[in-house]
Amino acid sequence: MDICDSSDVLPNLGVRALVNDEQIAIYRVQGQLYAIGSIDPFSGAAVLSRGIVGDVKGQLVVASPIYKQHFNLATGVCLEEPSVRVKSYPVREIAGRVQVLV
Amino acid sequence: MKKQKIVVVGNGMVGHKFIDTLLASSNADQYQIVTIAEEPRLAYDRVQLSAYFSGSTAEDLMLTSETYYQEKGVSYKLNEKVVELKPEENCVVTASGHKETYDQLVLATGSYPFVPPVPGREQPHCLVYRTIEDLEAITASAKQSKVGVVVGGGLLGLEAANALKNLGLETHVVEFAPRLMAVQLDEGGGQVLRSKIEKLGVKVHTEKNTQEIVAGEKCRYRMIFADGNYLETDMILFSAGIRPRDELARKFGLGVGERGGIVINNYCQTTVPNIYAIGECALWSNRIFGLVAPGYQMARVAVSHITGGTEQFLGADMSTKLKLLGVEVASIGDAQARTPGALSYVYQDGINEIYKRLVLSPDGKKLIGAVLVGDSSAYGNLLQICLNHMEVPESPEQLIVPASDGQAATGLGVDALPETATICSCHDVSKGAICCAVRDGATTIGAIKSSTKAGTGCGGCVALATQVMNSELTKLGVDICTDVCEHFSYTRQELYHLVRVGNIRTFEELIEKHGRGLGCDICKPLVASILASCWNELIMKNELAHLQDTNDYFMANMQKSGTYSIVPRVAGGEITPDKLIALGMVGKKYRLYTKITGGQRIDLFGAQLEDLPAIWQELIDAGFETGHAYGKAVRTVKSCVGSTWCRYGVLDSVGMAIAIEERYKGLRAPHKLKFAVSGCTRECAEAQSKDVGVIATENGWSLYVCGNGGMKPRHADLFATGLDDQTLLKYIDRFLMFYVRTADRLQRTSVWMDNLEGGLKYLKSVIIDDKLGVGAELEKEMQMVIDAYQCEWKSTISDPEKLKRFRTFVNSNKRDNTVVFVEEREQIRPANEEEIVRFVEANELETA
Ligand SMILES: Cc1cc2nc3c(=O)[nH]c(=O)nc-3n(C[C@H](O)[C@H](O)[C@H](O)COP(=O)(O)OP(=O)(O)OC[C@H]3O[C@@H](n4cnc5c(N)ncnc54)[C@H](O)[C@@H]3O)c2cc1C
Repeated sequence: MDICDSSDVLPNLGVRALVNDEQIAIYRVQGQLYAIGSIDPFSGAAVLSRGIVGDVKGQLVVASPIYKQHFNLATGVCLEEPSVRVKSYPVREIAGRVQVLV
Repeated sequence: MKKQKIVVVGNGMVGHKFIDTLLASSNADQYQIVTIAEEPRLAYDRVQLSAYFSGSTAEDLMLTSETYYQEKGVSYKLNEKVVELKPEENCVVTASGHKETYDQLVLATGSYPFVPPVPGREQPHCLVYRTIEDLEAITASAKQSKVGVVVGGGLLGLEAANALKNLGLETHVVEFAPRLMAVQLDEGGGQVLRSKIEKLGVKVHTEKNTQEIVAGEKCRYRMIFADGNYLETDMILFSAGIRPRDELARKFGLGVGERGGIVINNYCQTTVPNIYAIGECALWSNRIFGLVAPGYQMARVAVSHITGGTEQFLGADMSTKLKLLGVEVASIGDAQARTPGALSYVYQDGINEIYKRLVLSPDGKKLIGAVLVGDSSAYGNLLQICLNHMEVPESPEQLIVPASDGQAATGLGVDALPETATICSCHDVSKGAICCAVRDGATTIGAIKSSTKAGTGCGGCVALATQVMNSELTKLGVDICTDVCEHFSYTRQELYHLVRVGNIRTFEELIEKHGRGLGCDICKPLVASILASCWNELIMKNELAHLQDTNDYFMANMQKSGTYSIVPRVAGGEITPDKLIALGMVGKKYRLYTKITGGQRIDLFGAQLEDLPAIWQELIDAGFETGHAYGKAVRTVKSCVGSTWCRYGVLDSVGMAIAIEERYKGLRAPHKLKFAVSGCTRECAEAQSKDVGVIATENGWSLYVCGNGGMKPRHADLFATGLDDQTLLKYIDRFLMFYVRTADRLQRTSVWMDNLEGGLKYLKSVIIDDKLGVGAELEKEMQMVIDAYQCEWKSTISDPEKLKRFRTFVNSNKRDNTVVFVEEREQIRPANEEEIVRFVEANELETA
């Protein structure tokens, strides 16, 4: 699924995409793209694209801006409660466009 | 019900403590309190009296204020001495003839300095050392004197000697006994102390009994001793012990001791049940307690008894630790080994002049006393072992022998203390209470202080309380690590310093030079805040944007549904009708929920991300600026209408509030900052609940600092009075910048101050007296922040690249369908879960 121009996804600043009613958060960290579900399972709000990205205990993560849980960018697993996870999506960059496989 | 009337005679340290404790009790409202004070001011910290000579003002020493008493409904009379006591009529009469009846009477008259009946003692320049007025007299006398003598080589005498020395006099101490501090020290300790003090240039004369004071030849006076020798001096300070002020009790039929003191029972009642005596004037079990901690204990007991409690006074430990003329001295329990059969260990270091003695019970198992001179670091440990009757280690000398290299000093350690061990004797806080506070989440000494009060009296137990806290934290498995997070092995204060000194402008540069990894949601906003405090660059810049919490990033407050609220700045809470209309129009047009905030502004809720720029465009066109409600930053300056409109107003509080808000707007800090300005002491703006509170008085502005509302409300402390506009702003500049520089992440000003060693006093010395010499620097740094201010929203709106960030979806113009509102009281509110389900079902029906 074609999403947007490469230049729309800036380093460390998440964006949100709508694909068949699914809200997907896309990030660029250390040159690599990541895509996970954008709805924070703890609050039900679609806010994960608006979290701060970084690394915690060796994992690349985004922190939910509502209650601050961390989600692994590659797997969507919540660090604080590993039984909770958001979906993760394959994502790639081709010819200056960002594409997500849904 | 009629209130019980309680009259407190004497508003010294203990009298005030009694009032404060009663005010804090749960049925405080059942009592009407009146206090009659002979001194011209309310209670001050007599223990710290000598600080007056090193620059503290009477104001600094105050333990309370007239404003506080007024607020709490405590009536007080200053400069009034009670001269008559009529137990049958339940009333007292003052020297000016004022009569005051009571239901309960509390005598807290303290003591007076004993002046031996030496002929010639009543001449000018023969002084005592007890009140602020005494100190003023000493200062005045010192100006006309070259030589000074202190009569009395006890604890207070040596403190007085220090004062004379600091006033530049050639100083002598004349002592009747064969050694210094005869009450607290043994022979060996006294000798070491003497030798140390003489090295500091104070001349000590022991076994001298002054017979007469006559005119001198070289100096103003000559003191003639019983042994025929004499000493010439220009001034004499008597510090030969204290005597209880029991004259009222004595004259009007209450029981007094043979050698003075108002007799009390375990409830602090005198021989007349509705008259209590507490503090240095009281005699319990034939003993007078000349220290403040036992006095405080009595105050608590009396309050307890009056309010129906069962606490008793059962004596108090008189161990002391102090610094006299810079020499550490401590004495515990039976320091002179008077207990029959007592055993001793003595450690003496002749080179560094250190003397330590342990006094053990005859079986050698228990510590019953100790003397420490030159190094009192073992005091806390020894005191606990002694007070808790703990067994000493196998070779007790370990307790006083210095640790050999690389080895930790031996002590039983705080872990060995029983839960009931009293750590803070001023506020009677046990080890158990501190551990309990730690388990309840107090993890800094500041938090311990505010939740248990430990360490907030004389401050002597702070080190021990910290050890107890750390030990408990370790037990709980809490790492006592001050690193901000895994990416930086530094505290916030250290990072601030690195940024400032290294002129670092981006997170990347900082983490590369001083950290590791990519950063996280702890260190990124923290560094963003530090960078903003230092350089105040636009937080929207690309290299700064990714550091910001979502609120700062979108410059709005995210609410639980993921929508935002908007709060434009309304400086001082002053707003024109046109601006009000503009806010109303925006609210209506974008269907926002509107509410007035506690900070005197208007909050617009329920805005979706993509609407923020358009909303702000309209607000800016109407003349608004961003209000930083989303940032850890200066929020609001609340004000009352002040002298412009109010009948009672003294100064223009609105004008000052606006000036302050305009000055500091945009300043980012470790936590949010709230201010207020009241136009008179009625305090309608509630300035005393703010980080910075300003109250107008006839003499200028009073500045209060470090208050807050919220989960743990705290009154602000009075910081300075009688300020003109310029000085007020100067102090606030320095205060804020010092806070920004030294506070921890997310630490409000109150906790920050509690954690500063020396607390309020230290803060005053830094801000007012510029003790660290950083005043000008702090002002300069503040000026830089002020000069760099820009309205973040205004700059953002004019930058199309930045506006892209507000798109809800990068690939669609649809709105976020997880956001659903319903109506309530004619406004929107977020739908709850059930309502959302219904809404979705209805939608599906429609589309089907
Ligand atoms: C220089 C100095 C240093 C000290 N250092 C220490 C120390 O390091 N540690 C320590 O524990 N203690 C120290 N103390 C002792 C401590 O200050 C006292 O224990 C404490 O102040 C006792 O409190 P109080 O309320 O009983 O008496 P005070 O504080 O003396 O208060 C009594 C008040 O009652 C007033 N009063 C008396 N009679 C009347 C009357 N008839 N009518 C109206 N008012 C009356 C007096 O004017 C006075 O203001 C020190 C004292 C001094 C002077």
